[in-house]
Order: sequence, then C-alpha cells, then structure tokens
Amino acid sequence: MNGYNFAYLDEQTKRMIRRALLKAVAIPGYQVPFGSREMPLPYGWGTGGIQVTASILGRADVLKVIDQGADDTTNAVSIRRFFARTAGVATTTHTAEASVIQTRHRIPEAPLRTDQIIVYQVPQPEPLSKLEPSRAETRRMHALAEYGLMHVKLYEDIARIGAVTISYDYPVMVNGRHLMSPSPIPAFDTPKMDGMAALQLFGAGREKRIYAIPPYTSVKPLDFEDHPFRLTRAPHACTLCGAADSYLDEVVTDDRGGRMFVCSDSDFCETRQSGAAA
Amino acid sequence: MSLDALLSAQGLRLSYGRIAALDGVDAEVFPGEVLAVVGESGSGKTTLLNALAGAVRPDAGVVSYRDRDGALHDVHRMSAPALRALHRSDWGTVHQDPRQSLRMAVSAGGNVGERLMTQGARHYGDIRAAAIDWLRQVEIAADRVDDLPRTFSGGMLQRLQIARTLVTQPRLVFMDEPTGGLDVSVQARLLDLIRDLVARLGVAVVLVTHDIAVARLLAGRIVVMRAGQVVETGLTDQVLDDPQHPYTQLLVSSVLHA
Repeated sequence: MNGYNFAYLDEQTKRMIRRALLKAVAIPGYQVPFGSREMPLPYGWGTGGIQVTASILGRADVLKVIDQGADDTTNAVSIRRFFARTAGVATTTHTAEASVIQTRHRIPEAPLRTDQIIVYQVPQPEPLSKLEPSRAETRRMHALAEYGLMHVKLYEDIARIGAVTISYDYPVMVNGRHLMSPSPIPAFDTPKMDGMAALQLFGAGREKRIYAIPPYTSVKPLDFEDHPFRLTRAPHACTLCGAADSYLDEVVTDDRGGRMFVCSDSDFCETRQSGAAA
Repeated sequence: MSLDALLSAQGLRLSYGRIAALDGVDAEVFPGEVLAVVGESGSGKTTLLNALAGAVRPDAGVVSYRDRDGALHDVHRMSAPALRALHRSDWGTVHQDPRQSLRMAVSAGGNVGERLMTQGARHYGDIRAAAIDWLRQVEIAADRVDDLPRTFSGGMLQRLQIARTLVTQPRLVFMDEPTGGLDVSVQARLLDLIRDLVARLGVAVVLVTHDIAVARLLAGRIVVMRAGQVVETGLTDQVLDDPQHPYTQLLVSSVLHA
C-alpha cells in the first residue's frame, strides 16, 4: 500500500498503543502514559488522535473525521485523506455510517451507537494543569482523588462573575473516581459523554497520554449543589436547517455587521436540510 | 504514651550527616493545650515539628496520634493517603510565611473555602458563608472576601492563613514561628487573636518559636531544646520564672525588656 504499513504506524507501535488503550478502558478517566511517535504533521494538529485511530483501525472500518463539527475543514480533510491513503479504508461524512469517528472540539449531534468508537484529539490531558504547575503533584492528587482545587476554581468564577465561566473543556468526574479533561469540546457537548453507548478514546500526542471512557460510564460535570451545571447555547435557530437544539457557529457574512448562526455539525445540518427538501 | 495524650513522640532520633538534629527527643501534646518548643536556631525545633507532623521521617523513634475514636496511629507508618487525610481534617499547619500555604492568585474566600471543598463540601452558599464567618473571626472585614491575598498586609495574610487552617475545626495545629517577620504591634494583635481562638475552640497547638515572650503569652507548657535534645520541660511560668538548666537560664536572661 504505497510503501506504508497498514494505517502508517508499524505493528509494534500499534500493539504498544493498544496495550495503553486496554489499560485506559480498564481505569476510566485515568491518564495512561504511552510512547507517542513522531507523526507527519505538527503537534497540536491531532497527533494523539491519529495514533489512536491508526491503532484501532481495521480494513472493514469506515472512518469519519470532524474538526469543530465540520467534515470539510483543513484538519478533518487532511486526516481523512491521510488514512484513505495509508490504510485504504472507506471514509464517510455521515455520522450514522461511520464505525470510527476522529474528532477535534465536538461530539456529533446524532447519538452514537455501541458499534461506534469516537476518538478525541487532546491538546492538554491534565485538567488541573492550569491550577497546579507540578505534574508530580497533580498525579498525587489523582491518586488520592483530591480534587478540592478544581472546585476552588469554580468557586472563584461564581464569586467574581456569578457563574462558572468554563465554556469548553469543562472538567468532569468519570465513573465517580477520576477528574478528566473532556478535550476542548464545548460545555454544551459534555452531557453527551454521560452514559454514551459508544467507546470514547482520547489521545494526547505531545503530552504522551491516552485515556478512555468505556460505553455506558457515568460522566458528570463538576458543579455546586446550589449552582448546578447549566448548558449554554447561542439563543438562535440554525439559519440553514432551522434546528433549535444544536450547537451553533456564528459566521460573519460581510463587513457591515451581517452574521448568521449555523450548525457546527455539518453532517447533522445537511441531513436535516435534505430531509426537509425530500 | 499517657492515656489522654493527643500526640506523643518517643525516642526521636534524626541526623543530617554528622549533625544530630534530634537526639532522643520525647514529647507529648494533650488535647486543648498549647505546647511551645523554644530554642535557638539550629536546636532542632523545626525538625521536631516536621517529625511530629509526619513530614520528616526520623531515623528512630515513634510518633503516635490518638484519633477522635481513641484509636492510636503510628504517624510514620500510616499510608500516604491516610496521612494526607489527617492533615486536611484533624490537623492544620500555620507557616511562618503565609505565602507558603496561601494561594496568592485565589481570593480570600476561596483560600478559606479550599479545605472545606477538599473535604467534600459542595454547596457554594454554605462554603461562602463559612469563609465570611471565619474572616470575621480573624478580624478581616467581610467585604474583603473576594479580594486577592496580594492586596493584604503581612498581618492580614497571617490571619487569613489561620482562618484557612481553622475552618475545618482541626484538633491539632502545628505553628512554626507564626508571628515571625511581623512588627511588634501587629504581632501583639495576632497573639491575642491566636490565644483567643485556641481557648475558644479547644484546639491543641504545637508552637515552634525562638521568641520566649510568645511562648509565655500562648503556651501552657514549654519544651526547651538545644543541639537536638530537650534540656528542660514543664509549665511555661515555672520554666521561665525558675529555669533550672544553664541553657534555659541563658535563654531567659537574654531577653531584652523594653
């Protein structure tokens, strides 16, 4: 296949990553170190997600790649083409047809099924990174489940601004045990992780960490009893498909203040539009 | 160990190379009392404090802690999670430099509330009310609750640290030179506050200080250390008014009277 091993990585590397994945699935939310490889694209472009996808991909899989919800953005197009060339697998833009979905910054609007796997690209796997600079200390905090510090951050937000201001990468407790970064998905998507039927895998290439949420695992956003987690969403309907419950992107249309709100999930939006036309 | 002692140390030995920082030290702390450890720099006071708190493991000797249910725990044989749990529930620490324990980028209220949140408090309103109540108890105006510690004076920082430590109602607090580096009038006010809080809450304190006057004001009992050994121990007034050991006599006579 063009001189590449199937799905680019050599088999030994894939086995190493699969072992890390098995451990990650066994301890939901725990960050498993792995020997992240150099990939033919820069850190921050999804090297962690690509390595995970390469390790789980089989010849019969159908791959979908999204970036900010869209199938047609640079990152999504290039990663999809990368696997089409190095693994020769079928690709799709339809959520329902995919068996493996690699994503950056979104979870598809359509509910995922047990026969699907979603792979997240993660820039910073450590949810406490901005609060505690020492990695030795954050590892100890995870080991002892000492997560008061994260609540201090939420306390500070409410005391100063009146509400929790984390709008993406909202910290969650997985399986009632590990504090986890859900990757930079909007807080709007966080509830979709809770009890999801699909297996969720997370890869951080630069930080060399893999973690996972097995199907039907509890994922709860951190909050206070008297300030419960609340969904925030732009108060509009999608200009193209009229959806009032999807996550929206604000698109500037001209230089005179014109703008519109459209679904960030391009497949969801197109499916609705074609359904309305039919 | 006495039947009613809260914390007891027996035969503590620890050397740093050839220097014996602790050379066979015994000590006991009883519920609700303030025990002062005095001595000159390098006498082993802080090492003793760290050994009692489980932060430094002695070469020999045992430190035992009696918990709320009366069960004894060997502090240096506890698992790390158990010791940390003890440090954030039953125990507290007040450092000489409040910046060591305070989070300078977090508001006063967040600093006081952190121990509550670490213990599992999840009600914002309750945490905030407790924080404001404790700021009041250490004489910091309630409207400073959302201010950052870096806008506080040295004395206020120390009082904030005390509020942060006492908010979970510990049974035993370790204090290392709590009034060090403060000017005398601020020191006097802080000592008043500590004495008042300790008496009201019935919390036991191990107080390390080089300042005899601080020991006399706060402590019921005193331990005088020199070169890693306890040279004299007893009731504070008794030891300071009628020192028996030559070193204690020297220490007491070195104090300047204004």
